[in-house]
Amino acid sequence: MATYEFVFDGLGLRDWCDSGGTGDAPMSMADLLAQSGGGTKDTSLWDLPFPSLDALNDSCEKIIQSRDLTKGVEQGFLAIKDALRFVLDPMTQPLSWVLEFALATFEWTPWWIMFPILIMVVYLASKSIRIAVFVTACLAFLAGIDHYEFAMQTLAIIFVCAFLCVLFGVPIGIAMSRNDTLQRMTIPILDMLQTLPPFVYLIPLIFLFSVTEPKLYGIAIILYAIVPVIRLTDLGIRLVDQDVIEAADSFGMTDRQKLFGVQIPLALPNIMAGVNQTIMMSLAMVVIASLVSAPGLGVLVLRGIRNLELGVGLISGLGIVLLAIILDRVTKAALDRVNAAQKH
Amino acid sequence: MDDTVKISIRNLYKVFGPQPQAALEHVMAGMSKTELLEKHHHVIGLRDINVDMHDGRITVIMGLSGSGKSTLIRHFNRLIEPTAGQVKVDDEDVLGYGEEDLRNLRRSMMSMVFQRFALLPHRTVIENAATSLKVRGVGKSDYLAEAQKWLDRVGLAGYDNRYPHQLSGGMQQRVGIARALTSNSPIMLMDEAFSALDPLIRTDMQDLLLELQTELHKTIVFITHDLDEALKIADHLVILKDGFIVQQGEPQYILLNPNDPYIEDFVSDINRARVLRVRSIMIPLEGGAVPPEAHGEVSCNDTLESVIARSGGDTSHAYVVVGDDGPVGTLDMTRLIKALVPRVASEAGARKY
Repeated sequence: MATYEFVFDGLGLRDWCDSGGTGDAPMSMADLLAQSGGGTKDTSLWDLPFPSLDALNDSCEKIIQSRDLTKGVEQGFLAIKDALRFVLDPMTQPLSWVLEFALATFEWTPWWIMFPILIMVVYLASKSIRIAVFVTACLAFLAGIDHYEFAMQTLAIIFVCAFLCVLFGVPIGIAMSRNDTLQRMTIPILDMLQTLPPFVYLIPLIFLFSVTEPKLYGIAIILYAIVPVIRLTDLGIRLVDQDVIEAADSFGMTDRQKLFGVQIPLALPNIMAGVNQTIMMSLAMVVIASLVSAPGLGVLVLRGIRNLELGVGLISGLGIVLLAIILDRVTKAALDRVNAAQKH
Repeated sequence: MDDTVKISIRNLYKVFGPQPQAALEHVMAGMSKTELLEKHHHVIGLRDINVDMHDGRITVIMGLSGSGKSTLIRHFNRLIEPTAGQVKVDDEDVLGYGEEDLRNLRRSMMSMVFQRFALLPHRTVIENAATSLKVRGVGKSDYLAEAQKWLDRVGLAGYDNRYPHQLSGGMQQRVGIARALTSNSPIMLMDEAFSALDPLIRTDMQDLLLELQTELHKTIVFITHDLDEALKIADHLVILKDGFIVQQGEPQYILLNPNDPYIEDFVSDINRARVLRVRSIMIPLEGGAVPPEAHGEVSCNDTLESVIARSGGDTSHAYVVVGDDGPVGTLDMTRLIKALVPRVASEAGARKY
């Protein structure tokens, strides 16, 4: 005797419920237990189940079960999969090429060329000898324990993904800052991207793209890491001193002159903070992305987890920490330089 | 100085709120500010403003905070759009301008100086000063030379490559003035330009402005809440209260003939000896003979303070007042002393605030 039968009886829907009810829907574990337990139970008010899909299904077989919902979502996705793939596959193909090219370049370049280039980039961005020395030491340590190749693969992926995040994120942020409607529409999407557990991203992507293609993890990383740069660009431009904007207007600046001459330069500290966060989040995701064949230090971490190789996992984890510190210090030093140039 | 009207404001209304046009009808019908706010949730910014600003003069718009003075000045270059009314510059209707014309107006006709300087923090002083020329697309060497010239003129020679945050407030506002001057526009709008500066520096800046004005003869619209400042620099004084004009005219005249308790309150606080000039209180000769008992001659533009100093405090003295072409009037010390006492403050306890 199911709890909510009286509802359907009361509404006169009993015939509808029983008509065509095949009764051979797959039995749930709860049903089995109820049967084996003797079937008739006293249901007190205390045990009143919430009128959920499953509870209603007990009373009327016409009501779908919750597992039909997840099944429906799955079938819905599979139904549009081919169409989606037809559009997305060629659109995202360049991402695969760029990632493959970056990985190949980083692997092909011998260390004695790579080191000076990286250190020079670090110095140009941070203008700090101290940080350049620190980065050199970290790279030498990673190379010294034979993790150089993995570290370079990780770096290559991060460079490509972070660059693409900035390339798309900054214009999106600018558009949001100029249009309140767009901002209202975009913020829930950003919230979702930021809070969705990273593993969940991978599931639909695996269905859409082949696991052997780099763009699969490229898209996952970009979706996850693009959020802060969009948010902080939008925020940064909105926070630009209204007095200065008014002055720009009063001198007859065009929108373009105002954007490139005033708003972006003044929002730069915030945009840079967004870039820093984006790089950090790409690094977090690149480890998870090793589940879908992203090369790099994440592969070693994954090996450590799969085979319970404690040492491998810890050492490669440390390598990721070092990379994170390098990227963070360098971008922060660059950010500080921007801040110093325009404090009020 | 001639009497050409440079900026002319006619029947200007500004109502803030979601449906200003509908609320405007109530304002036109005479609804008060509080009533409109309570019944229709709209705020009156400006109500029936009529002002003519003459070419080459300094017009000061004065009022307390919330009186609508900053709103009014932003109508001249349409940083704020009016709800109703007319704004004419050189007899051209500014409100009819399209985007392009408006931009040209802002670029070449009017420049603005702001209370909080509003300099670009990421640009050097000289680049800030050159803003208007850069906006117009003038070549780098030309705009740097022009900006340099004006920076030198406002006393900032040698600071070209500093950043604004490295300068004091007074120096930053000098950059602001140089930026406005570099545009070579005939009209300068100054929105409480000196209010954020401390009193000594403020006096310096007022002197700088007056000195520049004797040379450049720009049409200046100056906003302030400080009556002393207004009286010091104004050729024409407009007093605003709650969005409408209480009184406007020659500052000396307003000082001696305030037509509203609000203005009487204002003027009772100032140092009249320093502000009033001999010409405002003298008895004109009107063809009569120069009295023989005079103790000497004073200029019609002398302040009363200087006359008192000259008399050594002796109230029996009398002077002949001379203008550009000989004697124009007489002034005895008794009359002078009377003029020092405001009409209202002499009645004990008349001050409300």
